[in-house]
Amino acid sequence: MNKTQNNKAWWLVVPVLVLVAFNAFIPLMTVVNYAFQETFGDNVFFWEGTTWFEQVLRSPRFHASLIRQLVFTGMILAIEVPLGIGVALTMPRKGPWVSVCLVLMALPLLIPWNVVGAMWNIFALPEIGLLGYTLNSIGIDYNFTNQPISAWLTTVVMDVWHWTSLIVLLCYAGLSSISDDYYQAAHIDGASRWAIFRYIQLPKMKRVLTIAILLRFMDSFMIYTEPFVLTGGGPGNTTTFLSIDLVKIALGQFDLGPAAAMSLIYFLMVLLICWAFYTIMMRNEEQ
Amino acid sequence: MIRFNKWLVPTLYILFLMLPIYGLLSMSFKTTNEILGGFSFFPQEFTLANYKVIFTDPTWYNGYINSIIYVVINTLVSVTVALPAAYAFSRYRFLGDKHLFFWLLTNRMAPPAVFALPFFQLYSAINLFDTHIAVALAHCLFNIPLAVWILEGFMSGVPKELDETAFLDGYSFWRFFIRIFIPTIAAGIGVTMFFCFMYSWVELLLAKTLTSVEAKPIAATMTRTASSSGYELGLLAAAGSLTIVPGAIVIYFVRNYIAKGFALGRV
Repeated sequence: MNKTQNNKAWWLVVPVLVLVAFNAFIPLMTVVNYAFQETFGDNVFFWEGTTWFEQVLRSPRFHASLIRQLVFTGMILAIEVPLGIGVALTMPRKGPWVSVCLVLMALPLLIPWNVVGAMWNIFALPEIGLLGYTLNSIGIDYNFTNQPISAWLTTVVMDVWHWTSLIVLLCYAGLSSISDDYYQAAHIDGASRWAIFRYIQLPKMKRVLTIAILLRFMDSFMIYTEPFVLTGGGPGNTTTFLSIDLVKIALGQFDLGPAAAMSLIYFLMVLLICWAFYTIMMRNEEQ
Repeated sequence: MIRFNKWLVPTLYILFLMLPIYGLLSMSFKTTNEILGGFSFFPQEFTLANYKVIFTDPTWYNGYINSIIYVVINTLVSVTVALPAAYAFSRYRFLGDKHLFFWLLTNRMAPPAVFALPFFQLYSAINLFDTHIAVALAHCLFNIPLAVWILEGFMSGVPKELDETAFLDGYSFWRFFIRIFIPTIAAGIGVTMFFCFMYSWVELLLAKTLTSVEAKPIAATMTRTASSSGYELGLLAAAGSLTIVPGAIVIYFVRNYIAKGFALGRV
């Protein structure tokens, strides 16, 4: 759409700006304050420069949780995106079943995150949970509270359970904007199932799919509550992702300096990756 | 054969989604003895005792009321301020618009864990700690950018001729905006409200950090119970099952909007 140049449009943005800036700038400045200074309470600060940043960037603990985070985000994207597209493609397009599918699939999205964690905890308990009991009774040794691999897999499956529906709903939205004429034309031309997907459905889904992937990347990179409730970051540190580690340092050990420095590094990483993604997305769109 | 295949994938997927929810529900109807006694697929001694506790104990049911209050405030505030802003982004070019839009989105990317402590200090400093307004305002951090993003998509789908005709007919900006434009994108507003409700309802870290007694959300009540009396799994399951209800009601009401809204815009 060709837009008109009008700087008065700023007035329409002011309320949003005020509310978001209030919530974003002041806390961010607090974090910056802690990141560069040392405090012993009573509002007395000493300049520390980049000490905390060097400390965090060099610490093996930070590297370990960063790697865990990257592997986790990579895994869930690799499972959720194809699965989400697959389900969206096979969903009914018309009739009463559409509503039923939409309501049931959206259900996990609206459950508070700690309840998701608690639900999976109950579900996976080895002796009394449905999943844990079933796995153990068919001869698989499964106990997510003390086996790192079981804990990892449970966390990944929980995230797939929780969030694949978001991708399904968004892709379904893209698909339902394709009119029947396209399919009829493809049918007359004798197009294969793959050709229909590749040249009709995928291009229509491209935009919503990028948004879905962006949202999933951001949210999985910030994941805190669900694994915290499910495994508490354990056994050991095996499911301690970046946010869990950060909260441990900031509120558990009250090491405000390193925690603040880590926050800024963390935020910058998310920002950089999203900026790159956003730029590529916008460039593709302009073409 | 093809028909069968088509049904197979969504059916299996929905089954996979429902299993943990069923586990939670069935546990909520069991007695503590039965839960600890071992696994059973159906509750053997069906009991409503767990639900009774929640509906009679104020510390429990107030949690639900508190959560709903701040979620509703947040949804209304977010959508109200996002509407004009999204209009500006979709219709006009102005100084720094692209940078501003990206800056807004960056707030959607800020990990809540980063902001938990500063938020606590900020809202304590302005005497809003432990109020519903504090949580509602804090959730604006990620809900307003999301609302602007979604609404902008819907508004860009409305042809500009609509605005121009209305202005030619002598409508003032606000009269046009409220009487004509907002009804036109009603489906988009429905979808946006759904997403705002959803993200505010499910968030725990900030809500827990900003409250202690008066505005404590149900999710925080649950974590405290879980840690203090770990054996009351039935009660926890009942409380968890009840947190699904408001979400289910919201989905039921917006389901048509969502289907329609999705078809209209790009979300």
